[in-house]
Amino acid sequence: MITLKNVSKEFPKRGFALQDVSFQLKKGEFAFLTGHSGSGKTTTLRLIHMADRPTRGEVRVSGYSSERTTERDLWKVRRRVGYVFQDFRLLPGRTALENVSFALEVTGTPGKAVRSKAQRLLSQVGLGAKAGAFVHELSGGEQQRVAIARALANDPYVLLADEPTGNLDDRATRGILELFWDIQAKGMAVLMATHDLELVRRHPGARVFELDQGRLVYDSAADGEPPLDRPGTSTSGEGPRAGASDRTREQG
Amino acid sequence: MYALREALAAFKRAPVLTGLSSAMVGLALFVVGLFALATYNLQLALSAIEERVQVVVYLRDDARQSEIDLLLEELSALDEVRLVSYVSKRDALERARTELPEFGELFMDSEVNPLPQSLEVELRDGFRNPDVVERIATAAEGHPFVEDAQYGAEWVDRLFALRRIGAASTAVLGTAFALVAALIIGTALRIAIFARRDEIYIMRLVGAKNGFIRRPFLLEGALAGFAGGLLAWLLTYATYRGVYAYLFEVAWLPTGWILVGLAAGTGFGAVSSALAIRRHLREI
Repeated sequence: MITLKNVSKEFPKRGFALQDVSFQLKKGEFAFLTGHSGSGKTTTLRLIHMADRPTRGEVRVSGYSSERTTERDLWKVRRRVGYVFQDFRLLPGRTALENVSFALEVTGTPGKAVRSKAQRLLSQVGLGAKAGAFVHELSGGEQQRVAIARALANDPYVLLADEPTGNLDDRATRGILELFWDIQAKGMAVLMATHDLELVRRHPGARVFELDQGRLVYDSAADGEPPLDRPGTSTSGEGPRAGASDRTREQG
Repeated sequence: MYALREALAAFKRAPVLTGLSSAMVGLALFVVGLFALATYNLQLALSAIEERVQVVVYLRDDARQSEIDLLLEELSALDEVRLVSYVSKRDALERARTELPEFGELFMDSEVNPLPQSLEVELRDGFRNPDVVERIATAAEGHPFVEDAQYGAEWVDRLFALRRIGAASTAVLGTAFALVAALIIGTALRIAIFARRDEIYIMRLVGAKNGFIRRPFLLEGALAGFAGGLLAWLLTYATYRGVYAYLFEVAWLPTGWILVGLAAGTGFGAVSSALAIRRHLREI
């Protein structure tokens, strides 16, 4: 459902952020995208979200190709891909409920259904009781939960998370990861970018991609189960192999 | 519906900012309004003077009635001519008596009437220019029974020079004022939209359609433009009343101009919003 095929991304000033990256993420998979900062994690997520287009290669998101999806049709991709950030990006001065409702309203949810669906989404992320709280009244972990509820507003197929726990303490981080696994259990794919290898180790059930200087240097589904602290030399990612997703699905 | 609600909500959420952009739009249009008021009155004054552009054909005292009738018909037949009226020696004297009472004494003795009979040639709109009056005057002077044909050559030329200068400066200054107003309005709405870039970002993030994102902002821009237009109208009207009461008599703008101003404010508000929002739609 998400396919990157020989994807390269070159920025005019920075040069290549990604080089010849290929992988496939199936429905309901949970995957970590690891690598040092500047390794191309965010670029990968933005390409899947089609905020950027690849310089070479193709990104496919549930039938939409980066080569053919026009600016006009971008909204269709966006509704299939939820996105959460390290810094939450909630609208200040609004309540948790209003933040989630906003996403529903602007994507055409009928007026009457908005409130109840927003409330249900907040309950799903464990914030049902704090729906009326303003953003600044919530803790970091709670704010991230609101952001996740917002990302789920349009029942996407995949949730992209860019260092979602980067600003959170251990406890909140554990809570967010539990929530991600819950979401994955409902059949949604989760792709979480993180540089925190310790965190990745605590979730052996997840598939792991590792980027290094824009190249996919490791894919647990293809390369087996190596330690994550091995030196940066590794086989380059050739994309998923048969059976890769079966293994991850067992874990889910 | 959502668009209208959001546009009004935006005003409620940031009344100062929205109010300020409306005020900026209003002041910018006020300058244009003042310019329009000045231009309009200048145009009225020039037209009033221009109304008086006519050719007076003075006839010799010994001109025969048949000759006069012939000339009257000949002149009336011209496309440029609206009306030719005959002024007899007696009429001329009457007029002189009423219009120039200082010379009453001089004109008392109606036995000796020094004033000539004449034909007054009024012209149609759009033909009151130096070329036409000169042509008619020359044609009339060709007749032997015509003493003289006058059209105030110097002041007609000057009037039209003034007209040309007026038209040129209206075009140049009007364009300049309109551009300045456009820049101010554009900047004001840019700021208003910049303040809401986070919302636009989130809308794009979660997959709102571009048209849907744009609509409330267009509406907000149009509302700000309309409010600004109303403000400009009030300020211009206040100025007009002030000038009328304390300085000199001026005419108020025709309703059409005001409606055009309001429509321009509204339309321009919407267009500048549309332009300002484009940048933010490309961010994600």
